[in-house]
Amino acid sequence: MRSKLAGYGAAGVALLLLTLIVSLGIGSVHLPAREIGAMLLHRIPWIGDWIAPTWETSSEQILMKVRLPRILLGMLVGASLAVAGAAFQGVLRNPLADPFTLGVSSGAALGAASLIFFGMEYSVFGGYTLPMVAFLTGAGTLWIVLTLARDQGKLPIHGLILSGVVMQSFLGAIVSFLTIMSKETVNQILYWTMGSLSLRGWSYTAILFPYFAAGFIYLWSRSRALNLLSLGERQAAHMGLNVDRLKISVLVVATLLAAAAVSVSGVIGFVGLVVPHMIRLITGPDYRIIVPLSALGGAIFMVWCDTAARSVLAPTEIPLGVVTAFIGAPFFAYLLYRNKKRRREGA
Amino acid sequence: MITAHGLGKSFGETTVLSDVDFSAAEGEWWGIIGPNGSGKSTLLHLLSGIEKPTAGSVRLLGREVGSYSRKEIARMMAVLQQEGLAPSGFTVREVLEMGRYPFQNWLGREHEDPSERIEAILNRLDLTLLADKRIDELSGGQRQRAALGKVMAQEPTLLLLDEPTTYLDIRYQQRFMDLVAGWRKESGITVISVLHDLNLAAQYCDRLLILHNGTAAGRGLPEEVLTEDNIRHIFQIDPAIVRHPVNGAPQVLITKGDARGSLKED
Repeated sequence: MRSKLAGYGAAGVALLLLTLIVSLGIGSVHLPAREIGAMLLHRIPWIGDWIAPTWETSSEQILMKVRLPRILLGMLVGASLAVAGAAFQGVLRNPLADPFTLGVSSGAALGAASLIFFGMEYSVFGGYTLPMVAFLTGAGTLWIVLTLARDQGKLPIHGLILSGVVMQSFLGAIVSFLTIMSKETVNQILYWTMGSLSLRGWSYTAILFPYFAAGFIYLWSRSRALNLLSLGERQAAHMGLNVDRLKISVLVVATLLAAAAVSVSGVIGFVGLVVPHMIRLITGPDYRIIVPLSALGGAIFMVWCDTAARSVLAPTEIPLGVVTAFIGAPFFAYLLYRNKKRRREGA
Repeated sequence: MITAHGLGKSFGETTVLSDVDFSAAEGEWWGIIGPNGSGKSTLLHLLSGIEKPTAGSVRLLGREVGSYSRKEIARMMAVLQQEGLAPSGFTVREVLEMGRYPFQNWLGREHEDPSERIEAILNRLDLTLLADKRIDELSGGQRQRAALGKVMAQEPTLLLLDEPTTYLDIRYQQRFMDLVAGWRKESGITVISVLHDLNLAAQYCDRLLILHNGTAAGRGLPEEVLTEDNIRHIFQIDPAIVRHPVNGAPQVLITKGDARGSLKED
């Protein structure tokens, strides 16, 4: 297991660094990779002193103030959603589960849409009002769904999924209603519900990072328990797992992680569903590998989607949720096909 | 080892088990038998602490079973279910390693490296060649052996078996029961098994508990429990009971009925 993780992990980290360098260069102003490397290394203490700044200040401005924060935020959002999705699929043992299964995205969308509708996005906490409210309404939705699903102290899986679907449709209807009713602001609500990473700056990255770090460490630490759970709930209980406690703690942590990501970027679908599946198809069923590799895979996938979103039709930005589905679905289909073929040849 | 007192379980209005007393001493092999719906599996679930009784109590080594954490229970008691292992992409060796879960700290390590013990179990169950195969590539019999390997890795002192031979042909049934018998002889574990097959139960178990409509209808040595009267009364058939020609255990034979095929219950 350990050598497998090290191998996949090294490949993933290398791919992530490559993604970072290449995507930093892409944009309206082209930056050569060598210059990017020098500018980044220059910022690192000790090593930085060895590198003399030979680049233009405007390049450094673009890199440090615009592209780098956006790309790092994309990595964090992608990693958060993918890790949360892996956790959901592990606990619910349902291939269609994603971080939004329990309605957190529609809850967050309702909060955001109401604020935009009433023109209150900058009230109370200034620019942080919208992410804060979106996070709170997302978390509130989780609480309602858990209350609905709870039956005599237990959390049956079908109850969880049904409660999530009910909440999603109900809150989704309200968001649609608000979108239709607000004639001037229709684009704003719509764009928020399709996700974007533009003009977020460093502060959003700083907000999301502690959520990601804590959520990731917790979910990774439960990966052996998720492995046991994949043998069945009864079986796992007989092997020493407190199944209900695991379910509720993992669902709450994963949902809060997803809510934090959604609150800064809007609703970005598909990442949390597809990335863990891709990782599973490549590495196998072990959550000790799936969880960290999903973080890497989600980060890489999101950065490429966002790079496409901001550069393909530049200066127009394509909503990120559109790109994730557009790139993710064919790639996923290819992996499914390859796996099917390999299994047939292996048999 | 484990004692149940006045045990009862109801789901809403329906009572599936009522007032069952049961006790297994250390090293004994008990068989729980009875017709479909007599409460055998429910009794096992209550003994394993995975379901809570609506009446009475279960004590494991003198303490209420519900007062242990799942991890503490799993260090003493292992349970092998009827379905064995669900198909999954994990390999046989990985599943055996999962059996060590109750002994691992949060980093997944334990005091002693268990890999030698795992190898010994693989060897003993003839799984060495299959160790790196995925569970969903195994046949039913192989899968059940892997499931047995997992509970062996758990190193329990009490083993509960829930109809472990249901999906196996007679060759695998015999091999499976022999493996459990050999394990018990070696490490002195206590075994409580729900069994459908009365003839297997009579040969392998020291004592039998027979359930009927959720109550204990008899208990004792196999020849005391598997009597014509008991079988006729509880299973509603006319049996012929003979002695096994090799080991003398009582064996229940069915006799072909008349061709009207009545399914009337009374």
